[in-house]
Amino acid sequence: MNALPDAERLCAQLADAIRPQLRPDTAIIGLYTGGVWLAERLHALLGIGEPLGTLDIAFYRDDYHQQGLARDPKRSKIPFSIEGRDLLLVDDVLYTGRTVRAAMNELFDYGRPARILLAVLADRGGRQLPICAQYCGAHVEVPAGVRLRLRRDEDGRLSLQLEHAK
Amino acid sequence: MQNNPQLNKNGELQHLLSIDGLPREVIERVLSTADSFVGVTEREVKKVPLLRGKSVFNLFFEPSTRTRTTFEIAAKRLSADVINLNIAVSSQSKGESLLDTVANLSAMQADIFVVRHASSGAPYLIARHVKPHEHVINAGDGRHAHPTQGLLDLYTLRHYKKDFTRLTVAIVGDVLHSRVARSLIHGLTTLGTPEVRVIGPQTLIPEGVEALGVHVYRNMREGLRGCDAVVMLRLQNERMRGALLPSAQEFFKHYGLTADKLALAAPDAIVMHPGPMNRGVEIDSSVADGPHSVILPQVTFGIAVRMAVMSMVAGGSA
Repeated sequence: MNALPDAERLCAQLADAIRPQLRPDTAIIGLYTGGVWLAERLHALLGIGEPLGTLDIAFYRDDYHQQGLARDPKRSKIPFSIEGRDLLLVDDVLYTGRTVRAAMNELFDYGRPARILLAVLADRGGRQLPICAQYCGAHVEVPAGVRLRLRRDEDGRLSLQLEHAK
Repeated sequence: MQNNPQLNKNGELQHLLSIDGLPREVIERVLSTADSFVGVTEREVKKVPLLRGKSVFNLFFEPSTRTRTTFEIAAKRLSADVINLNIAVSSQSKGESLLDTVANLSAMQADIFVVRHASSGAPYLIARHVKPHEHVINAGDGRHAHPTQGLLDLYTLRHYKKDFTRLTVAIVGDVLHSRVARSLIHGLTTLGTPEVRVIGPQTLIPEGVEALGVHVYRNMREGLRGCDAVVMLRLQNERMRGALLPSAQEFFKHYGLTADKLALAAPDAIVMHPGPMNRGVEIDSSVADGPHSVILPQVTFGIAVRMAVMSMVAGGSA
């Protein structure tokens, strides 16, 4: 039934791929909600010195005028200066690219980073913007109208799941 | 819930007219959204692009500096264009009706009307007549309601005290003329606050206020005992007609908040005031500037709360 790749394994592979490319000043920023879970893991696996940054892009979404404000926006927290810094942006699933665009717009309201790279657990294709991930755990085929998302169970284990639209 | 003019068919906020009638989850959503905006207001760039290209008209038929300014800051931080209209000295004096004024502004492509009016119900009248994409926010109507002040008071209480279901809150002074008190009482009871007290002289407590679920105290010392929060109201001299009070000095003696009266409240009690303060009338300077006072943080939170309300009403489909 579940032909989706194992999220725990993908997470470890991502860390291995990222490790050799790290710079001394690299900081990690996770996107709510799934991206923050993944970023917490990578942050620990890679032994990053700077605290983890978290972004909720609710105030930067391009569908606000159609969809309204997201229900329960979290407070974005970037506890370090991003000016001139090397940043690794982390999300669970890359799809249209609109979330990443919104995240970059928000980040530039905090300063001018030297570089932003993108790491995602799964890329499901379907891009609507010229955005790609430098680190990608797996390419996953998902039918349109079905949502692919990361879940975290009570023990903290990560898994990829499909959600059919209501 | 049917026919609630504040909510659209999906139960989402489309106008903010009064806290009375707002479901608990809508109030909680305003407070949690405001919390995210507090994060924005602490950044170097304090702006987000949500209301880019939208126009916010501040319609003040009654003078106000603080409320108008905080609405203006909130709208600008959401990237909206803000137009301030001090109607008290413009079209009304030329005899234009309220609805004609609004229709004209609507023709100038308004998206949000922030309305302050001396007559209770004026924002409701406007909300009934605006187009579907236009939204009305009540910034104080007569003695009736001042919902964004009530919401920022609730935000302040939640910030310092976390859990409404354990709180004792006292509201002190000129409750009769206070739209702030009315809005706050509705909010506190909706969020499950077990003990809300109003304290003041008989002439300044509205008749039948107990029906809102509050306890009335004439004696301030008794009423303050064990309170977690004390909300002082401004003595509204400009709304006083006739002799409701002997004198400001007399009022201060009985109902002014001093350090020795505050000592009767809980040791970690907070002191709030919607401003502007009359020092030496309803509050002593040593308390207003003292360690229990959260009066200035209230102002800062008010901006985030107004950002939350504006971005909630203006987003999405009607």
